Amino acid sequence: MARVVVDVMPKPEILDPQGQAVAGALPRLGFQGVTEVRQGKHFELEVDDSVDDETLAKIAEGFLANPVIEDWTVRRLEA
Amino acid sequence: MSPRIGVITFPGTLDDVDAARAVRYADGEAVSLWHADADLKGVDAVIVPGGFSYGDYLRCGAIARFAPVMASVVEAAAKGMPVLGICNGFQILCEAGLLPGALVRNEKLHFVCRDQWLRVENNATAWSTRYDQGAEVLIPLKSGEGGYMASQETLDRLEGDGRVVFRYVGGNPNGSRNDIAGITSENGRVVGLMPHPEHAIDALTGPSDDGLGVFFSALDALKPLATTA
Repeated sequence: MARVVVDVMPKPEILDPQGQAVAGALPRLGFQGVTEVRQGKHFELEVDDSVDDETLAKIAEGFLANPVIEDWTVRRLEA
Repeated sequence: MSPRIGVITFPGTLDDVDAARAVRYADGEAVSLWHADADLKGVDAVIVPGGFSYGDYLRCGAIARFAPVMASVVEAAAKGMPVLGICNGFQILCEAGLLPGALVRNEKLHFVCRDQWLRVENNATAWSTRYDQGAEVLIPLKSGEGGYMASQETLDRLEGDGRVVFRYVGGNPNGSRNDIAGITSENGRVVGLMPHPEHAIDALTGPSDDGLGVFFSALDALKPLATTA
């Protein structure tokens, strides 16, 4: 068994209104100096040893992310 | 015999009843299709209606595209069957790869619910022949994730090939690139749009009956099939 993390982020050229709204709220809460926020998704998958990196890439590319608008990364966490 | 138009129901679909009603208003036969059933029941065209399939979990349309019925829709579309995706249905068709691009959260983050003017930019698709080219129509728009996004290359191709079918006029409601409200496939048989023509078929219940043309167009496209079958 292993824990795998898939992070999905909007592509840099895609407008991220949610991230912008978060960034806009920070000064109102008294936090200065945060110049940009991008909001994405973080998935944690428990996988058994039969799931190889190629399969994980297919899961990320074909389902967890929409490559038209999102970039993704897969990493295995140390046990 | 009237052409038979299937209307898919997923868990979370809302507008299947109105879509079926619009088909009947245009003198078509509406056939209910179920997401978990790959059988298209011999229909001549398919409508993927609006709503919040699978609760919009993951991304709008991302889970619905893997429903058994969608595999059949993709296969039938490849053979030229007319397919219309409305709102969540448009999102599903994009996720399924039947139409290019993707729909994202509205630019101003608010859910937009209003009667929206659109301009018909392509009246040669299976779903738009009843409109005059350049006609402006009033159709309800109700979506939180209606911003149409695609790469510049894809946008250039869509514009160059005349594949933008409907464009927002009088202000862009959701940040869609190039004010795009609806697009079509290369062969003009698959159309997706965010506004809801099925809610504009009778002045009693909608802002206009401008949406009826979408359904009459499909019936026109299908009648030769039905009479020769």
